[in-house]
Amino acid sequence: MSVNKEFVKFDKVDKSYDGKVLVVKDLQLDIAEGEFITMLGPSGSGKTTCLMMLAGFETPTNGEIYLDGNAISSIPPHKRGIGMVFQNYALFPHMTVYENLAFPLRVRKIPKDEADKKIDKALSMVSLQGFAQRMPGQLSGGQQQRVAVARSLVFDPQLVLMDEPLGALDKNLRESMQYEIKHIHESIGVTVVYVTHDQSEALTMSNRIAVFNDGKVQQLSSPDELYEKPVNSFVAEFIGENNTFAGEVSDISGGKCKVKLASADILANPISVKRKGERTTVSLRPERALINPSDKMDNIHKGKIEEVIYHGDHTRVRINLLGNSEFILKVPNSSSNLDIKLGNEIKIGWNSEDARALDPK
Amino acid sequence: MSSETKQILTTDGIPLEVSLKKAEKKNKIKAFLLVAPLLLFIIITYVFPIGDMLMRSVDDKMVTEMLPKTFKSMEKWDGQDLPPEEVFEAFYFDFQKLIEEEREGKLSTQLNYTKNGFKSIIKKLRRKSKSFEEGNYKEQIMSVHRRWADVEYWRAIKRRAPAYTYQKYLKGIDMYENEKGEIINVPEDRRVHRILWMRTLEIAFFVTVFCFLMAYPIAHLLATLPMKYSNLLMICVLLPFWTSLLVRTASWMILLQQQGIVNDFFVMIGLVSDDNRLEMMFNKTGSYVAMTQILLPFMVLPLYSVMKTISPSLMRAGKSLGGTPFVAFWKVYFPLTIPGIGAGCLLVFILAIGYYITPALVGGASGTLISNQIAFHMKSTLDWSFASAMGLMLLSGVLVIYWLYNKLVGIDNIKLG
Repeated sequence: MSVNKEFVKFDKVDKSYDGKVLVVKDLQLDIAEGEFITMLGPSGSGKTTCLMMLAGFETPTNGEIYLDGNAISSIPPHKRGIGMVFQNYALFPHMTVYENLAFPLRVRKIPKDEADKKIDKALSMVSLQGFAQRMPGQLSGGQQQRVAVARSLVFDPQLVLMDEPLGALDKNLRESMQYEIKHIHESIGVTVVYVTHDQSEALTMSNRIAVFNDGKVQQLSSPDELYEKPVNSFVAEFIGENNTFAGEVSDISGGKCKVKLASADILANPISVKRKGERTTVSLRPERALINPSDKMDNIHKGKIEEVIYHGDHTRVRINLLGNSEFILKVPNSSSNLDIKLGNEIKIGWNSEDARALDPK
Repeated sequence: MSSETKQILTTDGIPLEVSLKKAEKKNKIKAFLLVAPLLLFIIITYVFPIGDMLMRSVDDKMVTEMLPKTFKSMEKWDGQDLPPEEVFEAFYFDFQKLIEEEREGKLSTQLNYTKNGFKSIIKKLRRKSKSFEEGNYKEQIMSVHRRWADVEYWRAIKRRAPAYTYQKYLKGIDMYENEKGEIINVPEDRRVHRILWMRTLEIAFFVTVFCFLMAYPIAHLLATLPMKYSNLLMICVLLPFWTSLLVRTASWMILLQQQGIVNDFFVMIGLVSDDNRLEMMFNKTGSYVAMTQILLPFMVLPLYSVMKTISPSLMRAGKSLGGTPFVAFWKVYFPLTIPGIGAGCLLVFILAIGYYITPALVGGASGTLISNQIAFHMKSTLDWSFASAMGLMLLSGVLVIYWLYNKLVGIDNIKLG
């Protein structure tokens, strides 16, 4: 069976609410069948607007959206057959769990015995058997959330949209729900478009992540690539923790570049810089820098410890390094890190490969 | 672990439980004292007058007190033939006492309520009784006027013997108790109250329906429009509240009269001819139009407050799950607004059922309601006990509606804001 690579296709989609500002700019995005794709971005970045256009509650100002090859801009939401999980669950408070799940089946005129089977299946999928006769108000936040997921899947849609579904849950519950949704996706193979502003949620759940900012997709790639190889400084800043150095490229050769900072030069991996004299921001993940490095590393500099924060499994150390007093190091807790004391001068080293010279901020 | 829990003591040795109760009691007294003025106010201005109304509506002590000897002597009389001499004698002495106290006029008014024709014969008896001789009062009284020799009139007096009566309630539904003690309808041409009750219910019902039909879309718009516009619309809804009721009713009179703006407009667009202008005032139409407009905010506000709490994502969820906009509205949105509908309808219906000024001004003869009748008896006939009886009937009607509503919808579901 060949997988449809363009199951959902945003084709040059623009969206403006007031005719002055484009909330979504020239969006080009293909989503494959069975994929779990996450739209990640800060609030106001246009990700929810994209979801609403896909669901049919907003219409694109320009461009077209295709679902399984068909243009859907003129199809009203109730005929699109797309399941949706809303931010605040949007369970019908006057209906029992059973009636909530029966709603999409009833409007499709599915016979009762068949509908009952589907409802049972959907409830067992979210492990809520026996809750059918409860009212939503009698359920906890996590249970309501599961009902909302079950309801969006009960009529076997090919595509399910989730709009920050875990936003209202506490941290532990949110994590367990992340795995649960991921497992449901894996077991039934439905295509999921997930919107969130929580990067860890995006990283754990998705096949691919589209990072939105300013109405544009900044980077679309798998979670590991997104984290390890951000293509611009927005993505590097937004995903995970990040140490930055702003400077100017003074030399570029052989897959390496030399970046001139105020006090010293560092070697970096040229990603979005092409020639000498360009301004750049060098981005380095905290866990890629080591204390007292072996001599093999091509960047070794001295810094002064400004702050030590104990985090249980690791210690975060803030260092004033090369004029950047916000340089963060993550040091795993082991007995060898005895010289990490406030005010000590220590040596820090990293490979130029891990220091990505990106666009200037 | 031992099952017996040790008594916890406070630092000064008193059991904690006792000390807590003490503190709680203090709080309770404080709370009661805070509400006491209001409670007192309600008792004085609400509970007491209603109790007084209830008493007044069944009170028939006046005649009982005025003719004590008569009623005592009447106890043995079977009411078949004319009463014996002792009744006449007792009546004569009671009557003389009333003349001394100048209260015989009141007696004649009261007896006249029971049976027409007492007024003139009591006046005559007063004049003639000055020259009565001692003994054989039966003959002497009967010779004053032939009605005094009519057993019907004596039966009428006897009917006023009990200190309490439900006659006024019977009168309120066009019934009365005849000489034999049977409860029967008054003749058809004199039945006014039943028509009024029915009309009151009918007008209140339709005004509620009209208010609902008009208020629902307005409330929905109010709840969904952006703040900037909804505030403006809200002011438009509330504007009538800030205008005097009389002014609003009077402006409807200007609009609805035969030479009024509405009729002018109809003539202008050729809907009606100039010599055949519509009568929209001093009839039911007037009451409907004016009352609907005046009571509209009472429907809009509860609906709005309920709709405001309904998340727009519910309708979206309904649509995304495959419901057409109508199905989403009918199955999802509408059921959620029922508490508001209930509150609004109850409020409007109860207000409409006791409405007074508007129907009095624009209702004319065919558009007046029961409350106008109550006012009429309060002000014109001064039959306060009858007015009280009808007022209480109205009140119990409202309570019945409230009870029915509680049975059907549940009063806990009501939402006013």
